[in-house]
Amino acid sequence: MILGPIATGAGLLCLKPDQFRKILVSGITLLVCGGVLTLAAFPLPVAWEASLLLDHHWLSMAMMVVEGGMGLYVVYVGLRARRPLIVVLMLAQAGLMAWLEWAHGSKLVAANNFLVDKFSIIMALINGVVGGGICLYALGYMREYHEVAHREVADRRPLFFALLFVFMGAMFGIIFCNNLLWLFLFWEITTLCSFLLIGYTQTEEARRNALRALVMNLAGGLAFALAIIWFHRQSGSIELQTLVTSKHSLALLPAALLCFAGITKSAQLPFSSWLLGAMVAPTPVSALLHSSTMVKAGVYLVLRMAPVITGTTVGMLVALVGSVTFLAGSLAAITTSDAKKVLAWSTVANLGLIVLCGGIGTYQAVWAGILLIIFHAAAKCLLFLCVGVVEQRLHSRDIEAMSGLILNMPRVGVMMLIGMAGMFLAPFGMLISKWAVLKAVVDAYPSLSVFIVFGSAATLFFWVKWMGKLLEVVGPRESAEKPLALGEAIALYGLSATTFLACLFFPLISSWLIEPYVFSVYGQSASMSQGNIIIMTIMMVMIMLFPLSFINYGRGVRVTDAYLGGANVPSSARFLGSGNAEHDVKTNNYYLHGFVSEAWLARWGVRCGATLLALMVAAAVRTVI
Amino acid sequence: MNPWIRLVIYLVGAPLLGGVLAGWDRRISARMQARRGPPIFQPFFDVMKLWQKENVVVRRSQNFYIFFFLVLVIFTGALFFAGSDLLLVIFALTLAAIFFVLAACKASSPYSFIGAQRELIQMMAYEPMVLLTAIGMYMVTKSFYVHEIARHPTLLVLTLPGIFLGFLYTLEIKFRKSPFDLSSSHHAHQELVRGMTTEFSGRALALIEIAHWYETVFLLGWVYLFFAASPPLGVAVSLAVFGFVILVDNVFARLKWQTALRSAWLVALVLGFGNILVLSWLRHP
Repeated sequence: MILGPIATGAGLLCLKPDQFRKILVSGITLLVCGGVLTLAAFPLPVAWEASLLLDHHWLSMAMMVVEGGMGLYVVYVGLRARRPLIVVLMLAQAGLMAWLEWAHGSKLVAANNFLVDKFSIIMALINGVVGGGICLYALGYMREYHEVAHREVADRRPLFFALLFVFMGAMFGIIFCNNLLWLFLFWEITTLCSFLLIGYTQTEEARRNALRALVMNLAGGLAFALAIIWFHRQSGSIELQTLVTSKHSLALLPAALLCFAGITKSAQLPFSSWLLGAMVAPTPVSALLHSSTMVKAGVYLVLRMAPVITGTTVGMLVALVGSVTFLAGSLAAITTSDAKKVLAWSTVANLGLIVLCGGIGTYQAVWAGILLIIFHAAAKCLLFLCVGVVEQRLHSRDIEAMSGLILNMPRVGVMMLIGMAGMFLAPFGMLISKWAVLKAVVDAYPSLSVFIVFGSAATLFFWVKWMGKLLEVVGPRESAEKPLALGEAIALYGLSATTFLACLFFPLISSWLIEPYVFSVYGQSASMSQGNIIIMTIMMVMIMLFPLSFINYGRGVRVTDAYLGGANVPSSARFLGSGNAEHDVKTNNYYLHGFVSEAWLARWGVRCGATLLALMVAAAVRTVI
Repeated sequence: MNPWIRLVIYLVGAPLLGGVLAGWDRRISARMQARRGPPIFQPFFDVMKLWQKENVVVRRSQNFYIFFFLVLVIFTGALFFAGSDLLLVIFALTLAAIFFVLAACKASSPYSFIGAQRELIQMMAYEPMVLLTAIGMYMVTKSFYVHEIARHPTLLVLTLPGIFLGFLYTLEIKFRKSPFDLSSSHHAHQELVRGMTTEFSGRALALIEIAHWYETVFLLGWVYLFFAASPPLGVAVSLAVFGFVILVDNVFARLKWQTALRSAWLVALVLGFGNILVLSWLRHP
């Protein structure tokens, strides 16, 4: 499963014709999805797992070669772009790893190289299904991107699809590896892939943002390398499972360093700027980075560390980083009207919530955190893909330009509304998770709840005003809807259905996948009580009944023009104002610029985040001295 | 009492009580302004009259949102009086309010649209304090369930004085009373005409009115929860709070949204969060 997509990637690199690519991409995506679903349905027997132990010597040689090649490439990039920081970071971690291999080469063996538990199966499902959807969507989107919308960008689609698949493969690697050295290799592959994908268009801005992403993720990589070396020195083991079950004196420092790595990858403050910069890339890349891969790898690692850091100062500081990020991200999303930017800030905020769960690290918190990962992946991916389609049709991704989208592009409009409902509305997934997070936080650190309550108030504001903009119809509209490409349609409809079904069947997801994992780690598990599930279902049914009211559409009502203060001119969107001049009606959302400013939030967020992270590392170091 | 009986009493009684309270509101306000005021049952007559009017709309689907707003407001109150999880009650209330906002957006007149935006700001202003209230009650009673909170032996207000005051502040915003009648005021002669409800008439307006009655009873029920250990005191304070809201309505002029939002967040932070901090210090000294 790991190698499959990577090999496909290599194959795609050589494939030029569009037709073949289409077939291959669809085929492999289906295979991956099928594979993941089988894995979820029939867990691997342990014996088979052991047989996965391949010839270790050759494998580690091959990994060394890949690692060396990537290292050299990154150093080359750093030199060409005159960024000494990249070179230094890369050389530092390469030096550390080389030293480790050289000093302990043959003794670096893990009893279990792979780790397949319920949590990794959940992540694999997300990666396979959501990631697969994105690949299908990208087929149609990238054709339009190069042939219609952006003729000026060099067409490097073979590379693009190759990278998508390598990315997916590496993500499977991160999820299933127990051997920290292997995990680290895949970690670095995702860093490199994201760098290449963000810089895909090769404009000045894209290159700059790609380099920023590279620097920040390399810093995380360095922390990762340090964590491996320290843990190996202390315990002689390089296994993730051993790390998680070790006692504090052994595991706390490496766990803190791994959390640091996770925080860089999941774009928490002070590192959020790389994720915001990443939106210069074509939409499928943003969707991939924001929903199924990259950032989810970060929170995956933090949640894995949760049992170690729970109840410690390190854990509390990680939780603080998450909660500050949640608040700052939610407030920042209010101030901008660029749809992709709103989505990016909301991703940063929601990841903050997950990191907060990881930092608290109690069984309730971890349960809530995993739930958040699932719902966020589906809904956020759907929203990005919708924005991508809208951008290609309306040539703008400004929220103000989406006024009346429900009439212009009814299908995409409705799907967008479903996505947004999934992100914050009551019976839908994220709200169930938020409910759980709030309970977990109040039980662990009541004072942290202040970040959540203010943050969720802000969340409410920016989502609802966007929804309102889609629904509001000022003047007469012509339809801008064009048929979707097959892949796009499958991805969009599929994800809408997933968002919906995930909410409907959330109790099953919880009892089949999440609770067994939480139980296996903590010996107890959280869940929602029967009564509350029934209430949620009732609300869900009510929401589902809402579209039914459209049977009555236009019955028994007299339609008139809106009241416009002056006398209406017969076009329903113009009126006679003072001096008998005709005016157009124009409505805009509030962005509260006098209340909060994005630049201020970013500046202070980075300062707070950096201080907290420094404190976190210091607290971890103090435990070993 | 059996929760089902409570539920039925709520469903039937709340609009009656809410309507009478609305009548009192108008009567007392009138007396404060040296007028006679309408009879107590005037709100019911108004709703009946509205029900017979012609259905005039700007956008054909706008009234569907209003219907669901009413249904969800009733549902919110039902959850509350049946004794469920307070957080779910808040979420249901938010969902209801969102339907109202979307209705105003859908109506697509500039006045209702700005009203909707301002209503969102008001929601953003009161949401933190409302959630903090639930959290504070949980910290004292160890439960989010309304029926367990109501059974707590001591007066909650004694341990949650800051939260109680903060909750009173948000109540003004939630009732859309002056100084926070930004999104829709009772009088149509202001800069926003009637804000959110500008384009709603006839039955839709009647539904909004009924939803408002249910909401009033639900919110006063929440005030009662602070004094649930002593029912007579609870009822008396709830009614007194309603009187206080009317008094404030008549004394203050409207604030700007900036002031409203800032002050509400400040109140939530100082009174609400301060109270919670003190509680958690007392718990783990």
